[in-house]
Amino acid sequence: MQNLENQNIELQLLLQAIYLKYGYDFRQYAKASIKRRVLYHLEKHHLSNISQMQHRLLHDVAFFDSLLLDMSVNVTEMFRDPACYRVLRKEVLPALKDFPHIKIWHAGCATGEEVYSMAILLKEMGLYERTQIYATDINEKVLKQAKEGVFPISRLRQYTQNYQKAGGTESFSDYYHAQYEHVVMDRKLRKNILFSDHNLATDNVFGEMHLILCRNVLIYFDRGLQNRVLNLFDEALIKSGFLCLGSKESLNFSTVTEHFDVIAKTEKVYRKKNEEKT
Amino acid sequence: MSQRENQFQAVVIGASAGGIHALQQVLMPLPADFPLPIIVVQHLHPDAGAYLPQLLDNKCQLKVKQADEKEFVQAGWVYLAPPAYHLLIEEDHSLSLSLEAPVSYSRPSVDVLFESAIFAYGKRLIGIILTGANSDGALGIKKIKQAGGYVIVQAPETAEADAMPKAAIAAVAGNQAVDKILALDQIGQYLLQWVNRNFLGIRMK
Ligand SMILES: C[S@@+](CC[C@H](N)C(=O)[O-])C[C@H]1O[C@@H](n2cnc3c(N)ncnc32)[C@H](O)[C@@H]1O
Repeated sequence: MQNLENQNIELQLLLQAIYLKYGYDFRQYAKASIKRRVLYHLEKHHLSNISQMQHRLLHDVAFFDSLLLDMSVNVTEMFRDPACYRVLRKEVLPALKDFPHIKIWHAGCATGEEVYSMAILLKEMGLYERTQIYATDINEKVLKQAKEGVFPISRLRQYTQNYQKAGGTESFSDYYHAQYEHVVMDRKLRKNILFSDHNLATDNVFGEMHLILCRNVLIYFDRGLQNRVLNLFDEALIKSGFLCLGSKESLNFSTVTEHFDVIAKTEKVYRKKNEEKT
Repeated sequence: MSQRENQFQAVVIGASAGGIHALQQVLMPLPADFPLPIIVVQHLHPDAGAYLPQLLDNKCQLKVKQADEKEFVQAGWVYLAPPAYHLLIEEDHSLSLSLEAPVSYSRPSVDVLFESAIFAYGKRLIGIILTGANSDGALGIKKIKQAGGYVIVQAPETAEADAMPKAAIAAVAGNQAVDKILALDQIGQYLLQWVNRNFLGIRMK
């Protein structure tokens, strides 16, 4: 095995180079997983060490793009963790129903399945027309797919089951039409969704939100970056606003823990306290 | 303060089909003050929940839990990968979860855990492969050996499914070999003795 210490230095330099050249900041991502994916890419391209890879990616944009694909984890599904959507339906959205205008932010939305799920939920609760959804990600490729709202038909069985477990009140097939190997989500669901580019590691807050969902994104960050992002959410939320994290994520190691009440422990739903920060 | 320092810093275990029983056999003989943290990947159904850590916790002297994102590992504890997530160890000895694609059809993957453990512990790592019907972990075992760590594999004839131990043994055949091939009911005792024999003495802090 190559000298571990050298390898770690090379990895740090690689992440620095990516940041300086392309503006993507992976320096505070959880190292074990980043390293695994960099080494996987190294093997795939028959490079002998990370320094070689650094040289190549500085001079070859296409090479960087392919690395970026290997570095990102975009797996998602509709109504992922149905129990979480039940909490949204029963406890979160009812608390927002008296606002004349509702703003929801999906941070790290990947290919958009989660966002369309939210749109369906809002429709069924009669809140869609007053809601603006902001759906953001750093990866332009997945954002493009999210905008199209076209998903492989092979996943539909599971999505339909998830929808039912999530407490869906209609027939799931009302929300899409099938086209060969794909389903196209109903255009009406798209109307109040704004998909855009936003980097949680480097960008700032862009508005006051009633509800923020950031699920299965923080697990890829180290504790420092997790804390930055949670502070960002704290800042963006209105008082008594809601925050929903992925099922293995929590506010535990952050400096904002005290600013939130736990609404649903297993489903990782939190509510910002209705008091001034001290 | 002084502390007894061991040559080893952690134990990683991989198991699949038949593993629920095998893990009990291996972990039950270990005392509550076993000096190394133990980190385990057992392949399970994605909806299995926290049943297994609960079961093992009830039966073992060691404390057993499902791994939490970014918690630091400690001696006296056994950490299990949550179903459907990869489990990795960071160099600061905290645990990370990941939803990266399955590796050889498995998530969690034994190889992913073992590989990250090598980066975190180098040669101060003990890797154990138990029963299973696939070859996950074979690559990881090979890499632990290459890094100078210590490797134990369950004797295939004592395994409910022998593919996984066989693959691990084959992966390091040749110039290197696994350090020990043991019947299921001997692994726990042996591990305890081996670790106790490898104390480097007292370290002053
Ligand atoms: C595993 S997906 C989660 C998708 C969805 N939220 C879910 O839970 O199903 C993680 C997403 O986070 C995005 N991401 C990673 N780093 C990010 C960053 N710094 N800012 C914004 N999004 C990021 C990735 O591009 C990826 O699409």
